Amino acid sequence: MIRRALVFAATLLALAFLALPIVAIFARLSWGQLATQLSSSLVTDALVVSLKTSAIAQALVLVLGTPAAFVLASHRFRGRSLVVTLVELPIVMPPAVAGIGLLAAFGRFGLLHTGIPFTQTAVVLAVAFVSGPLYVRQAIAAFEAVDETLVAASRTLGAGPVKTFFRVVLPLARGGLGAGEALAFARGLGEFGATIMFAGSLQGVTQTLPLAVYQEFDVNFKLALTLGGLLVLISAALLLTLKWLGSSSTSAFRFAPSTSS
Amino acid sequence: MARLLLHFGLPLRAFDLELTLPVEGTVALVGPSGAGKTSVLRVVAGLLEPARGGVSLDGRSWNGVPPERRRVGFVFQDYALFPHLSVRANVAFAGPVGDLLERFGIAHLAAARPRELSGGERQRVALARAVARGPEVLLLDEPLAALDAHTKAEVRGELRELLRELALPTLLVTHDYEDAAALADEVGVLVDGRLRQVATPAELVARPADAFVASFTGANLLRGRARRGELTEVTLEGGDLLFSTDDAEGEVGVVVYPWDISLARSHGDDSAQNVIRGEIGSVFEIGNRVRVRIGPVTAEVTASSAERLQLARGGVAYATFKATGTRLVPL
Repeated sequence: MIRRALVFAATLLALAFLALPIVAIFARLSWGQLATQLSSSLVTDALVVSLKTSAIAQALVLVLGTPAAFVLASHRFRGRSLVVTLVELPIVMPPAVAGIGLLAAFGRFGLLHTGIPFTQTAVVLAVAFVSGPLYVRQAIAAFEAVDETLVAASRTLGAGPVKTFFRVVLPLARGGLGAGEALAFARGLGEFGATIMFAGSLQGVTQTLPLAVYQEFDVNFKLALTLGGLLVLISAALLLTLKWLGSSSTSAFRFAPSTSS
Repeated sequence: MARLLLHFGLPLRAFDLELTLPVEGTVALVGPSGAGKTSVLRVVAGLLEPARGGVSLDGRSWNGVPPERRRVGFVFQDYALFPHLSVRANVAFAGPVGDLLERFGIAHLAAARPRELSGGERQRVALARAVARGPEVLLLDEPLAALDAHTKAEVRGELRELLRELALPTLLVTHDYEDAAALADEVGVLVDGRLRQVATPAELVARPADAFVASFTGANLLRGRARRGELTEVTLEGGDLLFSTDDAEGEVGVVVYPWDISLARSHGDDSAQNVIRGEIGSVFEIGNRVRVRIGPVTAEVTASSAERLQLARGGVAYATFKATGTRLVPL
């Protein structure tokens, strides 16, 4: 009896701890000023920069990451596991290391001598660098899950490799790809460390929503809260999409099944 | 009819697949699992590249031709239907649908997804899809293995009809000798990547190349027409009349194992219902056993019995077996 009560208490404590900051954001929001806050240039600029850079970065991730994942999933070659590890490295890398690495590569005095740092392009690259691996990793798993016999069947039925990819492989991997992309999008939207080092925090140019939260929290805490609330809502929408994709496809990645089975 | 010629070598994990096999009509490949049967089909389809030699159709080599440009109707073992497409879209993937859905009795399933279908229905979709491809060659990998016994008998009859109608060079892989004998004009026994023997089903039972083939090839399959009665009466193609305790009507195959058939030089008086009198066609020794062909059937007797009966080619003998020792399969 006591043991059960202890387990129950621990569970309650954990859930309360996870929920409290989110509840606090919405509890302390100044609902009266919400409309004016949301229409302030700081918030709208940050929202536009976030959405624009995310959209471009995720387009890059999809266009380059999908073929890369397919090649890695369908070919066995020497050094393949090394390449896969390289792809996964940015996932576990501290964001500050990603930022310094990007500067060392693309900085004025870096390997490639470019003028990219502290431009919007830099935000796009930072977001793509930290979020892309999440998508590619998930996409490799999704492509590997496609039954090889179906690919063979498609070929014998008259479809070449390209037609087979678009009509058989892609539709069957779709759930997993979508889940991976939702995860990458969420990670990219919250990107902070690499962006602030590599792109700075210039309103209307490189200042994304998380950077705006950071800038405002000791200047205008109420506004920072509003920005936080906005990010929570966007993240929640993404998570729900992710779960929905997970339950509507057999090959999809699942965060955590919502029902016990 | 077109002629498909297989002549290639392909190293597999455990052995080399080495094979020369002309295919006119339906040829069944039988053999233990892991003998390389499916690899043969994959080579013909272009999914595997042989190390030496290749495949040709009516003298035209298919070497270097990718799978999508070979006109091959491949029915995979688990049918490989596309789970994300409807029955109609699965068939349309291969070519014009036309009246194929009606022909294969799947028109009412046109909008269904493969996972909603029974095994027999899936098999029909897979066949319709293979035919929609407009194939020059048909490849069937264990087409009946995924079906339950009842469906299997029905589908086997339909498949036989279809093969006759299409009149294409057909390679059929099966581990079930009875299916092979029922569907194929010729049977090739594949063991460890080599063809031990290629012959008609009757020849294979009568003159197995070795003990393995003998153990693998099992039964006589006699074609005839059944009529119901107290016992089922089957009139064989050669005119002989047989009785069976199995119930059937119409075109059937009578399955009887060589070791269930007794031989005599004169017509005795025993309980066996079935007597076939005929000239001894062949006498073939396998170790301490002898296979003797009398008219349409092959009997297996011990070497000492064969000696005692003085069986030799050209003589006349009686083959007897019980009505209970026969099974009838629909053809």
